[in-house]
Amino acid sequence: MALAGFANTSSRRTSAPMRRSRVAILLLLPGLAYLGLFFLAPLVSLVITSFEAPNPESFDIGSYVYSFQWQNYVAGVAEYWPIFLRSFVFAIIATVAALIIGYPIAYFIGVFLRGRASLQAFTLILVVAPFFISFLLRTLAWKQILGDDGWLVTTLKSLSIMPADGHITGTAFSVIFGLTYNFIPFMVLPIYASLERLDLRYLEASSDLYARPTTTFLKVTLPLSMPGVVSGTLLTFIPASGDYINASDDFLGGPSTQMVGNQIQANFLKLLDYPMAAVLSVVLMVIIMGVVTFYVRRSGTEDLV
Amino acid sequence: MSQKPEPQDPRIASLVAKARASQLTRRTFVAGAGSASLLAFLAACTPGGGSKTLTPAADVSATEKTLSWANWPYYIDQDEAGAYPTIDMFEKQTGIAVTYEEAIPTNEEFYAKVKDSLLLGQDIGYDLVTLTDYFAARMVSQGLMQPIGLADMPNAQANLNPGLLDATYDPGRQFSLPWQSGMTGLGWSTKAFPNGLSSLDELWDPALKGKIAVIDQWTDTMALILQSQGVNIDGEWGDAEYGAGIEVLKKQVSDGQIRAFTGNDYTELFKSGDIVAAIAWSGDIFIMNTEAGADDYGFAIPDKGGFLFSDNFMMPMGSRHKSNAQDLMDYYYEPEVAAQVAAYVNYVTPVAGAQEAMQAIDPALAENKLIFPDAATLDRARVFRQISLQEDKSFSTQFEKAKVG
Repeated sequence: MALAGFANTSSRRTSAPMRRSRVAILLLLPGLAYLGLFFLAPLVSLVITSFEAPNPESFDIGSYVYSFQWQNYVAGVAEYWPIFLRSFVFAIIATVAALIIGYPIAYFIGVFLRGRASLQAFTLILVVAPFFISFLLRTLAWKQILGDDGWLVTTLKSLSIMPADGHITGTAFSVIFGLTYNFIPFMVLPIYASLERLDLRYLEASSDLYARPTTTFLKVTLPLSMPGVVSGTLLTFIPASGDYINASDDFLGGPSTQMVGNQIQANFLKLLDYPMAAVLSVVLMVIIMGVVTFYVRRSGTEDLV
Repeated sequence: MSQKPEPQDPRIASLVAKARASQLTRRTFVAGAGSASLLAFLAACTPGGGSKTLTPAADVSATEKTLSWANWPYYIDQDEAGAYPTIDMFEKQTGIAVTYEEAIPTNEEFYAKVKDSLLLGQDIGYDLVTLTDYFAARMVSQGLMQPIGLADMPNAQANLNPGLLDATYDPGRQFSLPWQSGMTGLGWSTKAFPNGLSSLDELWDPALKGKIAVIDQWTDTMALILQSQGVNIDGEWGDAEYGAGIEVLKKQVSDGQIRAFTGNDYTELFKSGDIVAAIAWSGDIFIMNTEAGADDYGFAIPDKGGFLFSDNFMMPMGSRHKSNAQDLMDYYYEPEVAAQVAAYVNYVTPVAGAQEAMQAIDPALAENKLIFPDAATLDRARVFRQISLQEDKSFSTQFEKAKVG
């Protein structure tokens, strides 16, 4: 009887986690299926495409056959490395600019306005408000504002700050400007989220120990907000390096500002050179993963991401 | 639920049009998700593009009075309610229900969307498509299109502009029939050039640095550059001549002379003052002047020669409504119908007799040289000799590379 009782409990002990894991698997299924279908399968297809070779039987444009043409990668990197370089330089500058502009905004909302919930909500809405309008329309609006007959350029020219034949749209400046502008909310929100939880008593303690405001910021505030800074910079850098809207001739860019995203688009939709488009996409992903891994390791926040 | 009226301000209207063009409609999304993605996935798993000859699908027009047509945005007459008057009239006359979709943003994008079914000769969802010459040439040489029975189309036979009958890629028009034509030449702002422009070399004047746009399509831009170099594009020329033309383009890119490579978007650049001259399409210049209500912009075929392009009706192998499609094409070759379309789209109509028919609709338009160019103008707008697929691929790749300097 007693034994039976023990047996009973022990069997219950093993079956409960078993049941739980079965439920967990059941609950995970939709997510796994989603990832498999919409992430893993396209990724595999992309990698396969990147090794394809032109169809030897026909000269049809856009016709490729399954192969292991690894030389595609050599050709892609050899031809497009300056564009990769430009993309990452643009993305890094835009990320740093967004951080410089975004951090004070996040600090203002998260620390200065603490305790004034309605003001905080209002300023947060101001940060998010641009999202209520389409990304494309906002960028097109900037194209109008920065255009040669726009008030900005005409004013700068009449003040002789800008040479008479100078212009803003179609330059590296306007592309980086567009990237910065479009991704600032992605920088502000995560930093705000970590600053909002910042315990102000740490700052008091710091000043009690005779730390100057700069020291307090560098030794206390900044390290405590690092998780936000890391996710903010990643959320800005990753999409910015692959962006193809801002740098496009139809928006803020010109022939000399083309980024990798534009070349992927051109290869895919104009030249119908799918293997090259796939090569560029894979290389872009690998580089971004490398950069991100290095960055997260260096900033010592890998357990936070 | 009534539809919201279109915005009056042309700037806002063009913003709306752009936002729309970059969205998927629910219909195309559902259709695409259903067939294209699955097929794309299957096609990715199988060795692609066999070389077997395709045959036309069986014509079921006798029992199915339907037709679907893929065309470019703003490329047919449309009334304020958003309906297409000439299509409505066709439906009334013939009892054929037409599904008209603005499904072609660019030839390449459209092709990328339908190619998996198209290459297998299956139904791509459209019985009739409208493709530009250079792309139509690819389709013909790949054997992806059904023959058109010109003999069964009295209007088309009688009224097709004789100059367009023998396309270099399709002599006698067995697989294609022009929908609209247009001229590529020089466009300028009359504020900057009261006397206009006459030669392509004037665009390369250092004083215009960064104030020039050219068309983001090798055929249009290179046709003008090659001719400015003295090449007869309809005659014999090859890689050497093309390479020399590409060098000219590269130099203008690296000098910063060319501000942008665009499709129709150069019209926006004109309006914002970013450019003062461009390689441009006749129809766009006409529309900008109409919008401005003044002759703010000028257009001319350059002295050494311009480019004439057509967008052509074609029937994919998988189309099951050949007879219905031919009825529709023939209908648009009635001069009165063609004039009604021309009065809206403002491109060059391929239908002889449309100019006379236009007199009844709008006498001013009938006199407009951009819509009804005189023989001397048309004579200077030339077409390319036949371009092989290998050349096409090499030329477009070289062009894309030259664009980034």
